[in-house]
Amino acid sequence: MPVPDAVPGALRRSPAVRQGLSVGLATGLYGLSFGALATAAGLGVAQACLLSLVMFTGGSQFAVVGVLAAGGAPVAGFASATLLGLRNAVYGLQLAPRLGLRGWRRLFAAHVTIDESAAVSAAQDGAAEARRGFWAAGLGVFAFWNVATLAGALLGDALGDPQRWGLDGAAAAAFLALLWPRLRRRETAAVAVVAALVAVLVLPVAPAGVPVLAAAAAAGALGWWRTRPARGTA
Amino acid sequence: MTGWLLASALACLLLKLAGYLLPTAVLADPRVGRTTDLVTAGCLAALVVVQTVGGDGGPVLDARLGAVAVAAVALMLRAPFVVVVLLGAATAAGLRAAGLG
Repeated sequence: MPVPDAVPGALRRSPAVRQGLSVGLATGLYGLSFGALATAAGLGVAQACLLSLVMFTGGSQFAVVGVLAAGGAPVAGFASATLLGLRNAVYGLQLAPRLGLRGWRRLFAAHVTIDESAAVSAAQDGAAEARRGFWAAGLGVFAFWNVATLAGALLGDALGDPQRWGLDGAAAAAFLALLWPRLRRRETAAVAVVAALVAVLVLPVAPAGVPVLAAAAAAGALGWWRTRPARGTA
Repeated sequence: MTGWLLASALACLLLKLAGYLLPTAVLADPRVGRTTDLVTAGCLAALVVVQTVGGDGGPVLDARLGAVAVAAVALMLRAPFVVVVLLGAATAAGLRAAGLG
């Protein structure tokens, strides 16, 4: 796995561990918004913490809460979370040869395989720094994210009426912020627009949660049929 | 409900583990990585729509639309995630307090 050339010099000089921990702190902060939105969607404090401890992948967690807040069936939340979690399998495929782990250690690595740990690891020079960056970011985010979820859930519980505090607006803003960095690639932006249109069209005629699945299916189909398979490989 | 949450959480955990157990050759087909990327973006785009205009029985235009517009401007100005979320909440709450949406 080549190290991207775009990593700025300042990051190259700073140790992967420091970088991983600062990413952990920054990401942990938005665990506060997850906790608050989870309780606003009707989950208990323990249920919000369960998601952060076991699921531990922000996009999927926000998706479950978003689908439930919209009145969707739990099975629709399950499907949305799983679709959004697919990318973590790809991170695992990329990280496995770099981390070189065997046996049960792979379970721990898998649990902290998320956007942030994959990105920090990919940004390091050399195998040792890549490993340090992965663990520092993964464990750092895990610690801060879970503490922040608990705090946010307690806060959300105490706030009462979520609409009065604009928490539904916060949820919409959170999804836009998660999507934003992916829009830099023009083809991805085009597919996102198609997916949004599919969601708008399906919204009036399908139960809550289904529009997201229909949009994801459309995006996946576009990706599969418009990408050329590599020559000479199956 | 807790059962469904646990099942969803375990499904996501199993997907992460699958990455470490599958042969790396799976990535040789560029469609795998690209399709996964686009499913992620498509899901998030649809969630933006549903959270912004979703309502009982069809699209509803209210204070959430203002929240998303302000969030988009904040993102263009490279505001961090937490700031974007707080601005979204403040905008929706402010518009409602003003009697709009």
